[in-house]
Amino acid sequence: MRVRHQSSNEGEKKNMHAIEANNLTKRFGNLVAVDHVSFSVEEGEIFGLLGPNGAGKTTIIRMLSTLTRPTEGTASVGDYDVVKEDGKVRELIGLVSEKIILYDRLTAKENLRFFGRLYNIPGELLNKKIDELLRLVKLTKWKNSQVGTFSTGMRQRMNVIRAMLNMPAVLFLDEPTLGLDPQSSVEIREFIRKINRENKVTIILTTHMMVEADMLCDRIGIIDYGKIVALDTSTNLKKLVSGADSTILELEVPNLTTDTIHSIQSLKCVSSVSQNNSTRIKVNANGEDAFDTIIDAIRANKRKIISVKNLEPTLEDVFLQITGHEVRDKADQKIKMKMHRHHMTKPRVR
Amino acid sequence: MGVKNVISHISIIAWKDLMELFRNKMALFMLVLMPIFMMAMAGFIFPSNTSMSNVPVALANEDEGYGNSSMSSIFINALERINNSTEMMVLTDASSFDEVRDMIQRDDVEGGIVITRNFTSDLMTGEQGSIIIVTDQSNPQLSIALWTDLNAVFEQMGTVLAQQKVEPFLSQMDNATNSLAVVKPYHVETKGAIPGTFNYFDFMAPGLMAMTVMMSVMTGLPAAISHEREVGTLDGMMVAPIRRLGIILGKTLAQTVRGLLQGTLILILAIALFGVNIQGSILLIFALLFLGVFSFVGLGVVITSFAKDQETAMMMMTTLMFPMLFLSGVFFPIQQMPWYMQNISKALPLTYAITALRKVMVLGADLSAISLEVTVLIGFGTVMTLIALPVFRKAMTR
Repeated sequence: MRVRHQSSNEGEKKNMHAIEANNLTKRFGNLVAVDHVSFSVEEGEIFGLLGPNGAGKTTIIRMLSTLTRPTEGTASVGDYDVVKEDGKVRELIGLVSEKIILYDRLTAKENLRFFGRLYNIPGELLNKKIDELLRLVKLTKWKNSQVGTFSTGMRQRMNVIRAMLNMPAVLFLDEPTLGLDPQSSVEIREFIRKINRENKVTIILTTHMMVEADMLCDRIGIIDYGKIVALDTSTNLKKLVSGADSTILELEVPNLTTDTIHSIQSLKCVSSVSQNNSTRIKVNANGEDAFDTIIDAIRANKRKIISVKNLEPTLEDVFLQITGHEVRDKADQKIKMKMHRHHMTKPRVR
Repeated sequence: MGVKNVISHISIIAWKDLMELFRNKMALFMLVLMPIFMMAMAGFIFPSNTSMSNVPVALANEDEGYGNSSMSSIFINALERINNSTEMMVLTDASSFDEVRDMIQRDDVEGGIVITRNFTSDLMTGEQGSIIIVTDQSNPQLSIALWTDLNAVFEQMGTVLAQQKVEPFLSQMDNATNSLAVVKPYHVETKGAIPGTFNYFDFMAPGLMAMTVMMSVMTGLPAAISHEREVGTLDGMMVAPIRRLGIILGKTLAQTVRGLLQGTLILILAIALFGVNIQGSILLIFALLFLGVFSFVGLGVVITSFAKDQETAMMMMTTLMFPMLFLSGVFFPIQQMPWYMQNISKALPLTYAITALRKVMVLGADLSAISLEVTVLIGFGTVMTLIALPVFRKAMTR
């Protein structure tokens, strides 16, 4: 049982936060990786940190899980300070980091037993726990095989149950589906949801995948250049886009030329244009007449419009709207056209 | 978190590291091969007194004799007789000093003996006869060995000749004095501190054992920790509620076991294949190796903390290890070095570990005889560990 050191006399505080971060900052030399980030995560919540690679998500996770010391600011997990009471924090948490924490030359069972014994779980209980977790991710058959022979999906399933051995109250997941095939990703996501629901585990996960954040998270913090630029539920975040009179169109136009795209982009109402393939473009625009203006512009270029779709905003659009650039690793594959209306950003190599 | 927990964590981490090692067949093979190579190297490439055999040497007899007698033939007979028993040289005939020189230049022979033209006549007329030993300067090691050995031979022969010369005078005197006592009033005998003949392996084995165990810890520890940091598994240990000391000691224990396994292998090889005699207690030998490891752990951990990745750690280790190996007297006695190098050598813990080990293994010393070395090792280890712990803790939460 966990004891909270403040609660006894003052009574329960108004809101029990599983995690609280106040002006959390991390500098590496001149680089500010995390820049005065403040947020809190409720107990039992799945909280997502969404942002491109290098935005500072992993550093936040590392600071909260006591692996890195903050340069400035404070943070607590289960009311324990991550710096001053790191030992207490460690007893509460589980970590699934981007790099898989398993030893290739040990078998599945040996790996779990090793980590279990680091948490002083007594032998018999540990064996029971290991069998239970292996069954949960359907790896019982391979319990005596060396982890080095496992597929990426199997390794990641192992990696997640490894972090569950000590029944953590808070589970950190850093890009839990990175590099997995769609089927394995689905399995991992289902597992995450399951442990959150059934074991009442508070989960904080980072991802650069909009879909993943959308599917899993109760609340999402959008993070860019070390700052949280928006924090809300997925629905509310999307309202930021659709609430303002914005329009998102997907147009199918044969014989697209750069000229055509440029002319669309130069329209006052258009905030961004991205090309999906040789005939398909996606246009984000604002204002009442946006739809007509865009169609007119394409016609003026003597281009035929085969189809027009009016899209619901996605988290991607939210990100675009807020930060003025896309969340893509391979942004150069797209024609990047930014209108620095909302946010001035320095160009950066990803 | 009690002491019991820390010990449990140390043992589980050591178990894990050793498990990984024993499942790595190639690494295991190298683990066994390395001491064998080391022992073979040390044993076979370094010069030792008994290993000089069948060295091709030219013999030129320029002696012209004196009347009918020729002392040089007696000399050559004696030389051949001695050589037949020692098989030190393979003698080739040459006609003159010049030919001997040519033969050395052509690399046909490694050295030469020239009996000068007036050898017999000098001896007969009461002068000193002279013999020239021609050496090959391009091979100084061999030259010195040859020179030493031949000198001994000639010395012995000179004595015999002198004895023959003084005998007639002695017989005329009243008291029967031993002729040998007249020409050589005293004789020198070498006797080791312990019975038996000295073997070069006896000198090498303690050094090699100490070196292997220390090297194992010094390179193994930074490599193991920085490797785990690189692949990310170290985080798994760091987020667990365990003491940092437990992680270091667990890893150290694994590396120590590895090093001691290699050390034992060297010891067995040394005894079984190279005829090394162990004079002291085996228990004390292992205790010393353990102490040596302890004195090095701190240094290893400090390096681990400063190195960002495995490659840097390895480079730092190698840079430190090499001078240390040569300076600590593994291969050459420290006393042969210039004084300033000897001073540096005295600052290295490995020196004390090796000295103590040598005293125990070769001379059969007990604990009281190596108390200085033991004190230095304990002191060095304690100081380094005290420095290492906070440095490590800080480095791990960068």
